[in-house]
Amino acid sequence: MSVTLLEKYEPVIGLEVHVQLATLTKIFSGSSASFGLAPNAATDPVVLGLPGSLPVLNKAAVQMAVRLGLAVGSHIRPVCRFSRKHYFYPDLPKGYQISQFDEPLCEGGAVRFRFNGADHSVPLTRIHMEEDAGKNIHAEGGVSYVDYNRAGVPLCEVVSEPALRSADEAAEYLRALRTLIRYLGISDGNMEEGSMRCDANVSLRLRGATKLGTRAELKNINSFKNVKEAIEHEIRRQAGILDRGEAVVQETRLWDAVRGRSQSMRSKEEAHDYRYFPEPDLPPLQVDEAWRQAALAGLPELPEQRFVRYTTVLGLSAQDAGVLVNEREISDYFDAVVGKSPAEGVGKKAANWVVNEVLARVEDPRALGQDVPVPPDALAELVDLIEKGTLSGKLAKDVFGRMWTEKRRASDIVAKESVAQVSDEGVIEAACKQVIEANPKEAERYRAGDKKLVGFFVGQIMKLTEGKANPKAVNQILAKLLS
Amino acid sequence: MSRIDPKEVRQIAVLARLGLSEAEVTKLTHELDGILGYIAAVQGVNTTGVEPLTHAVGFACPLRPDEVQPSFDNDDALANAPRRHERFFEVPRIVPVSGSSDGGGS
Amino acid sequence: MSTAAIETLLLEQSVVAQAEAVRGGTVKARDLAEGYLDRVGRFDKTLGSFLLVDGAGARAAADKVDAAIAAGQPGGPLAGVPLGIKDIFVTKGVETTAGSRVLKGFIPPYESTVTARLAAAGAVSLGKLNMDEFAMGSSNENSAFGPVRNPWDTTRVPGGSSGGSAAAVAGGLCAASLGTDTGGSIRQPAAFCGITGLKPTYGRVSRYGVIAFASSLDHPGPFGRSAEDVAALMEVMAGGDPMDATSISAPVGRYQAACKAGLAGLRVGMPSEYFAAGMDPAVEAAVRAGIEQLAALGAQVVPVTLPHTPYAVPTYYLVCTAEASSNLARYDGVKYGHRTETAASLEELYARTRDEGFGPEPKRRIVLGNYVLRSGYYDAYYGKAQRVRRLIANDFAKAFTECDVLATPTTPMTAFKLGEKTEDPLQMYLADIYTVAPALAGVPAMALPCGFAAGLPIGMQLIGPPLGEETLFRVAGAYQRATDWHTRRPSL
Ligand SMILES: [Mg+2]
Ligand SMILES: [Zn+2]
Repeated sequence: MSVTLLEKYEPVIGLEVHVQLATLTKIFSGSSASFGLAPNAATDPVVLGLPGSLPVLNKAAVQMAVRLGLAVGSHIRPVCRFSRKHYFYPDLPKGYQISQFDEPLCEGGAVRFRFNGADHSVPLTRIHMEEDAGKNIHAEGGVSYVDYNRAGVPLCEVVSEPALRSADEAAEYLRALRTLIRYLGISDGNMEEGSMRCDANVSLRLRGATKLGTRAELKNINSFKNVKEAIEHEIRRQAGILDRGEAVVQETRLWDAVRGRSQSMRSKEEAHDYRYFPEPDLPPLQVDEAWRQAALAGLPELPEQRFVRYTTVLGLSAQDAGVLVNEREISDYFDAVVGKSPAEGVGKKAANWVVNEVLARVEDPRALGQDVPVPPDALAELVDLIEKGTLSGKLAKDVFGRMWTEKRRASDIVAKESVAQVSDEGVIEAACKQVIEANPKEAERYRAGDKKLVGFFVGQIMKLTEGKANPKAVNQILAKLLS
Repeated sequence: MSRIDPKEVRQIAVLARLGLSEAEVTKLTHELDGILGYIAAVQGVNTTGVEPLTHAVGFACPLRPDEVQPSFDNDDALANAPRRHERFFEVPRIVPVSGSSDGGGS
Repeated sequence: MSTAAIETLLLEQSVVAQAEAVRGGTVKARDLAEGYLDRVGRFDKTLGSFLLVDGAGARAAADKVDAAIAAGQPGGPLAGVPLGIKDIFVTKGVETTAGSRVLKGFIPPYESTVTARLAAAGAVSLGKLNMDEFAMGSSNENSAFGPVRNPWDTTRVPGGSSGGSAAAVAGGLCAASLGTDTGGSIRQPAAFCGITGLKPTYGRVSRYGVIAFASSLDHPGPFGRSAEDVAALMEVMAGGDPMDATSISAPVGRYQAACKAGLAGLRVGMPSEYFAAGMDPAVEAAVRAGIEQLAALGAQVVPVTLPHTPYAVPTYYLVCTAEASSNLARYDGVKYGHRTETAASLEELYARTRDEGFGPEPKRRIVLGNYVLRSGYYDAYYGKAQRVRRLIANDFAKAFTECDVLATPTTPMTAFKLGEKTEDPLQMYLADIYTVAPALAGVPAMALPCGFAAGLPIGMQLIGPPLGEETLFRVAGAYQRATDWHTRRPSL
C-alpha cells in the first residue's frame, strides 16, 4: 500500500474469536468432545439434532466461560440467556445454533498485553457461549460430506470492540488472548487445528473522521500469519476501492490463504436474518455471587500480573519477562526454578538460563509443563552451584548441555567427573607461575605495558587447568605475579 | 389494507427454505393476511413494565456434570441418513455462503 | 380366563385392575395384548387411530412381563397394561413420524423418557397412534397418513392433535394412551371422544424424546377412560428428568389417592370469560350441570375473572408458530427423514425436501413463525406475545388466590364433521379457545366427560395452579364416582 493511502485512511478492526473449550463432553450433551474419533462416532441424539432431543447445559463449560470473563474483567451477568440463531447449513444439525444474543454471559472487559513496548488494552464488547457446528468436507463428484463430531463442542465467542488499528495490533491481541486462555486452562488455543478461530471486521475511514466506514467481515482466518496477511490485504483492498471513489460493500469475505486473497461469499439478502429468540429448552442461566467469588479465587496469576512481578520484584528486562510470560508453562517453569523469594540477582540469572538455554532446546515451550530433561529444581541447583563459585559460567554451560542430553543432575556431574571450578589460590598460583615461566617473552612484553596479553595468559592457564580455574581468581593472581 | 403480500411470502419461503408453488403462495398470502389481522389483537394490550414469559417454569437452568456418556456407534448415527458415504452424511456440493459457520465458526 | 371375561377386563376394568390381574396371575399380559390387538384389527380400519400396530413388539413385551411374574418377580405398577403411544414420542427401533411425510421411515435410535418409564413399569406398547402433523391441528385431519374418525360418530373428527390417542381409548383399542397438549391437543380430543385427558403442569412430565412442536408449550400427558386411569399413568410418567432442563424435580404427587380423597371444602372458580357468547348451548348446559354436581359434592363455587382471556388465542398462535418454525428447521433431508429425489444444489435439496415433506398446516405455521421472528418484527409480535403471556399467567395466579380449581368447558362445541373446518384455518384455531390459556400459563388442566348432546360427548375442563394435579384428581375422582358419563362407550 502506498504511504499516502495509509496516511489518508485509518483502519478500524474488530475481531470475533471463537475459542473451543476443553471440556470432556459437548456443551449440551454427554458425547465426547475430543478430536480424532472416526467420523460421526462422537454423536448422540442431541448432537445430531434428532427429533425429540433436548439440550442440557454442561457445568464445566459455564465454569470455563466464567473464568475467561473474570480474567478479562468482564461483567458476569447474574442471569444470562441462550437464544436460537437460525440459518440453514449442512453442518448445523438443528437448523439453528444455540448461542447467546441479547443477554450474554460476559459484557465488557479488556485484553491487556504489551504492544510496541508499552502497556496496551483492547476493550471487549462481550463474551458469549454457544455450540460449535460440525464439519463439511468438500469432496469430488459434486458432493460434500458432513461429520457431526464437532457439533456441540462448547465455544466462547470473544467479541472485541472495533478498537484495533492495524493488522499487527490484531495479531498481537490474538496472541495475548491465546496466552490468556492457555493460562486459564480452558482451551489449547490451537489455530491450525481450529480450537481458536478468528473472524475480522475491517473498515476504513478518513483519518480524523469519527463515523465508521462500511465494514467487511473476513472469515476462515486460521493462523496468526493469516490474520496479519488477511487484514493487511483487506486494508489494501478497501483503500483501493475508496481511493477510486467507489463504495465498500458490506459483505462476508472468505480468506484464501493459498492464493493470498479474499473472496466474496455473496448470497441472497433474505437468507440472512437469524431470527433469534430465547431458547425455550433452557431456562435462564444463573451465575450467583458465590459462584463468581469462587471462580475469582480460583483464577491463576495471569500473564500481565506475572509480567509486572518479573519486571518489578525480580528486576527482569521487559524483553525477558515478555518471553517468560508468553506461555504459562515457561513461566511456571521459571517460577519453579527461582522459588518463592529468590536472592538478589538470582531471578535475572535464572531468566537468562531459561530464555537462552532451556527454550533453545525445546520445540514447543508448552512441553516444559511435562517431563523435561532438566526439571526446574535441577536448573535451580545449577544456578546455585554458579552462585557458590563451584562452577564458572563457561563450565556451567557445558554441564547444562550434559544435564540435558544425559538427564543427569549438575551435582552428580561435578562430583563424579571433577568438573568443578578450581578456586584454591595455591593451585591457581602454581598454574600461573608455570605458564609465566613457559612464556618469558610474553611476560616481558606484558610488564612493558602490553596489557592485552592478559587474555593470552588466562587462555593458557585455562588450558592447563582444563577450564576449571576460577577466572576471577586467575585474573587477580596473574596481575599480582606479573606486576 | 393487506398485511402481507405475495412478495413477502416468497421472501419468507426463501428464508425458511420452503419451495412453494405460486398457487401455494397465493393461498398462503390470503390465509396469513386473515390470521395476522386476528393476532394483531395482542398489539392493543398494554404491556408496559411486563416481563416476557419465555419459560413456564420458574427455576434457573440446571447444569450437567461434564461426564462422558456413550456416543452412538457409527451405524446408529447414520442409520437414518437418506444418503451416506462411508462414515459421512452426504449432501450436494456445498458452496460456502455467508452466515454459515464454514471455516470460521459463527 | 374366558374370552368374554378378558373382553370385560379390556373394556370395563381400570388400568390398575388390569395390572393387578396380571400381577395376580388371573390373566396373562399376553392375553390382554392379544385382546386389544384383536380389537385393533377389527375396528381400526374404520377409526384409523393407529399409524403403526406393533404386534410383534407388543407380544414380546407382554411375554417378558409374564415371564417376570412367573419367575416370582413383583411386576410393575402397570404390569401388562396395553397402551397406545402418540406417534410424537420417539420409540427406539419403531418408526416414528409425528404424522408427517418428512419423517416417513424414521427409526429412532433412542427412546423417550416417558415411554421408557412406562415400559419399566410393565406397560406394553401396542403401537403408534395417528395425530395431526407435528401436533398442528384440532381435528386430526392434518395427519399426512389419513384422518382419524370419532368412535361416537365416524363422520366426525376425534379432535386433535392427539386424535388417534383419544379415539383409540374411546374405542377400546387400548387401555390408555399417551398424547401431547400444546394448546389443547389432549383436552380437546378427550372432550370430543368422551374420555379423560390431562395436560400436566409444564415440566411435570419430561419432553425428552417428544418431537417438538412449540417447545415452551409442549406438554406430554395421558389419556384414560377415567381420572383413576390417568392418575395411574401419571404416577409413572411424571417426575424430573436430567435429560430435560425444563422438567420439574419436585416429588410426584399421589394422584391415585387424590382420586379417592373427595372434594369437600374446595373452592371451584367459574371464570366468567369462559361462559361468554359463542358456545353451543348444549355444551354450556352440560358444563353448568357438571359444576352444580361439584357443588352438590361439597365444593364451594365462586365467580372469578381471567380478563386477558380474549388475547389467549392470538398470543398462542404467535408463540407456537414462532417456535414451530424453529423446531421444524432440522427437517432438511440430510440426517434423517424425507429427502427429495434429485437436487442439483444444496438450496434445491432444502427447498424441495421441505416442500415435499411438510403438509399445508406446518407450511402455514413455518411461514407465519418466520414472519413474526424476522428482525424488525420480533418486538411487535413474538416479544409482545410473550409479555401478554405473562399477563395471562398472572390472571391465573390471581384467580388461584380466590379458588383452588377452575371449572370451564373444554371446547365451545361437540365434535364437528370431517371437512367442516378444513378450509378456514382461523375457524379451526378458534376450537382451542378454552384450552390455550392454561397451556400458555403452564398450569395443569384436565378434560373429563360431563354429558352428551345429540349422542356426542361434552367435556368439562378443570384447571389447577402449578403442580396442582392432585387437586384436579380430587375433583375429577369425586365427580366420576358420582356420575357415569365416563363409563359410556360408543358402539363400534
Ligand atoms: Mg459472530
Ligand atoms: Zn459464534
